[in-house]
Amino acid sequence: MEILMAIVIGILFTSGVYLILSKSLLRIIIGTGLLSHGAHLLILTMGGLKRGAVPILGEDGSKYTDPVPQALILTAIVISFGVTAFFLVLAYRAYQELGTDNVDKLRGSEGNE
Amino acid sequence: MSSLHLAIFSPFLMAILIPFIFKLFRKLHIGWFVLILPSILFLFFLSKIPLIKDGGVLKATLNWIPSFDINFVAYLDGLGLLFTLLITGIGSLVVLYSIFYLDKNKEKLHNFYVYLLLFMGAMLGVVLSDNLIVLYTFWELTSFSSFLLIGYWNTRERSRYGAQKSMLITVFGGLSMLGGFILLSIMTGSFSIHEIMLQSNTLISNELFLPALILVLLGAFTKSAQFPFYIWLPDAMEAPTPVSAYLHSATMVKAGIYLVARLTPIFALHGAWFWIISLIGIITMCWASFNAVKQTDLKGILAFSTVSQLGLIMSLLGLGSASLHYDFLSKNIYMGAIVAAVFHLINHATFKGSLFMVAGIVDHETGTRDIRKLGGLMYVMPITFTIAVVGTLSMAGLPPFNGFLSKEMFFTSVLNVLQMNIFQMETWGILFPILAWLGSVFTFIYSILLLLKTFTGKLQEEKLDKKPHEAPLGMLFSPIVLGALVIIFGFFPNILSRNILEPAVASILPNLLQENDRFAVHIRFWHGFNLELLMTIGVVVVGILLYLTLKKWRNIYNIFPKRFTLNRFYEKGIDITEKGSYSFTRRLMNGSIRSYLIYIFIFFIGIVTFTLFKKDAIKMDTTNLAPIGIYEITLAVIIILGSITILGAKSRLTSIIALGAVGYTVSLFYILFRAPDLALTQLVIETVSTALFLLAFYHLPQLSRKEEHIGFKLTNALISIGVGLVITIVAISAHSNKMFDSIAKYYIENTHDKAGGGNLVNVILVDFRGFDTMFEISVLGIAALGIYGMIKLRLSNQKKQQRRMADENK
Repeated sequence: MEILMAIVIGILFTSGVYLILSKSLLRIIIGTGLLSHGAHLLILTMGGLKRGAVPILGEDGSKYTDPVPQALILTAIVISFGVTAFFLVLAYRAYQELGTDNVDKLRGSEGNE
Repeated sequence: MSSLHLAIFSPFLMAILIPFIFKLFRKLHIGWFVLILPSILFLFFLSKIPLIKDGGVLKATLNWIPSFDINFVAYLDGLGLLFTLLITGIGSLVVLYSIFYLDKNKEKLHNFYVYLLLFMGAMLGVVLSDNLIVLYTFWELTSFSSFLLIGYWNTRERSRYGAQKSMLITVFGGLSMLGGFILLSIMTGSFSIHEIMLQSNTLISNELFLPALILVLLGAFTKSAQFPFYIWLPDAMEAPTPVSAYLHSATMVKAGIYLVARLTPIFALHGAWFWIISLIGIITMCWASFNAVKQTDLKGILAFSTVSQLGLIMSLLGLGSASLHYDFLSKNIYMGAIVAAVFHLINHATFKGSLFMVAGIVDHETGTRDIRKLGGLMYVMPITFTIAVVGTLSMAGLPPFNGFLSKEMFFTSVLNVLQMNIFQMETWGILFPILAWLGSVFTFIYSILLLLKTFTGKLQEEKLDKKPHEAPLGMLFSPIVLGALVIIFGFFPNILSRNILEPAVASILPNLLQENDRFAVHIRFWHGFNLELLMTIGVVVVGILLYLTLKKWRNIYNIFPKRFTLNRFYEKGIDITEKGSYSFTRRLMNGSIRSYLIYIFIFFIGIVTFTLFKKDAIKMDTTNLAPIGIYEITLAVIIILGSITILGAKSRLTSIIALGAVGYTVSLFYILFRAPDLALTQLVIETVSTALFLLAFYHLPQLSRKEEHIGFKLTNALISIGVGLVITIVAISAHSNKMFDSIAKYYIENTHDKAGGGNLVNVILVDFRGFDTMFEISVLGIAALGIYGMIKLRLSNQKKQQRRMADENK
């Protein structure tokens, strides 16, 4: 299972990086979304998969899944959400002010000379 | 604080006071006030002669950074005394001269004297420091104050160019020298010159010895304007003439000579020291004197002449270092070269200082320094002419002036090379007398040229800006004193030998000290009819012949193409470096985020792959894997399909929806992998972010809303596949390389008993690791505030509107 997950994560990273390298701002943000999914799944996979019950005491299993990666991911999800939201509004404002979402056109004045 | 330290620091203290005094006493020329200090210092150092003469030294320590063994150890011996006398003596004369040279109403005198005093203090620090790091500090301070002085007329472009050039070259050398010093301290564990000297016998076998030697010599050669680093000195002639006289003839350019002399006991046992210094010195001497003849500017001639004479002294120091290789002390002829070097050092300071002052007077009284416009000043300026005669004839090496004596000693030294039987000198030694003789011929020519073109012939009054007349007595005083010294040292050289030369030579060759009597005898030996005298007669005869036929062979200077001059190399070098780095930055930093991301990803792939192979870390362990079920396979397929859809989607809407699909599938994975809290959060957040994406999509600008295919790019695809592969391999290898168990056991055991909770994840979030959560909350808060600010705050719009209104009003 872990190997399958590693491949899935690899594909998520591949498409995320490909999107980040594109011209459109929106696609770049979609790419970061895919990257963060990949990272979260990576943390979970590296903690080991399906090694026991849901980490809530009182479940009858004698073994629980490792709760630490889950706590880490929860934090990471919230932070990446905050950053994504911020970026999206930034992109939206950039559209409004500059009238473009093409990263190549968003260069500083020096590069255009 | 000892008197030595006080002497070194007093110019700096004085420099602080100058601006205040300048403001207070507007009527008085501030130079009169400055003059007091170097005169007192000169008398102070004069009073040390009896002590030093008897072999005594003055040593005082002032703690600076004791933990690094960097202390300000002032050390006054024969060599130090000679230099301090030059610095303070010529310093006083130069200050006196500058009082008449610089107009107090037209020039910013306070700046001038602050720089000059800084320089004087730094120079005293260089020659009196025993600690290498302190020496380096003062060394850089001389570069720095010399930079300020060369660029004194900073509104002129040539001044700035000359200042920058000298700064670049001397600081380059200074930094190399620092490297050499550090290597020395690594080898010996000490920064003290005299402690390092004690270890010089064992040092030579150290593998760092040769690099240290070369680096230190780079410092000395750049400072003393040796080949090929002499190019800064002719351009430094843009400085006011008192500065040229002081820095670029008598003191700063001799700092490199001082360094070589001072470190001779450490390095001289190595053959490279002898070879490099003697050869570079003699080449510099010959090349610069050859080039001096072609100059048309008085100060240009003097600059090249300075370079040439410095080469002469340098080669004498190199030749003199051979004396350490010979044990037969009773007949050690090679130490004569050291005596000659020290003697010529003094002579050069006297006649070159006076010649620069003469050039300054000519410039001051006629308005030009171009020898093509000058001529016939002999009758107008008789006193200046007399001084010039003394100075130039001494420079040319004619009797009865002091230059003659040192030139004879120079010839003796290069002839002695023929008797050497070390360093393949049997075959190559003949080079030295030939080059020395050639150099002397050209020295003779430019000296005569300088004298005759300026002072004889016809007065070309129509070409001069001012009507020439004799300079005021105050301006003439300093060159008269120096000219008088030239004559006095010429007739009575022995007043120097016992008091100054012997202790100086003793501190350059301390290992031969027990033979003290030999030094003395050698110096007084200056008469006799011998080969050296014949060489001098040859110089005069050939020199006069060449001077008379100068017009016929002058074209020889045009044969050598301008493209290959060292200045062109320097300028090309600067140009190429500047343009090269500019275009490098231009190419690399092209302003496109995508290129930067490509660099980052390529480095990521490269470094991680390299490390994986280097550490042999790629591993696949299939023993401890979780089983794969049909649900997992289905979800994995959905995720893969989702991400491929995003890649291939023509419409942005499709990709947003596909991203949402991927997100929901991830939350389904969380359910499968027993993470209910994650699944909940992921579901909610995916919903909200998809809504946000849709909002951003809705507000796309109308123009580019036209939906287009993403456009396939091979490089991008290769890079992203590389990143994905690297991540997969790292994930698999990391999973196969588990080193130790998880710490989860502790949380599972203590969640109920110690924290009083049941949900492991939540207890970790708010109890065991609550700090993370607090700052995660701050992140969300900051994001919310930031978003609010971005939407509400419209500063640029207001500005734009204001500008628009302003345009309309026009």
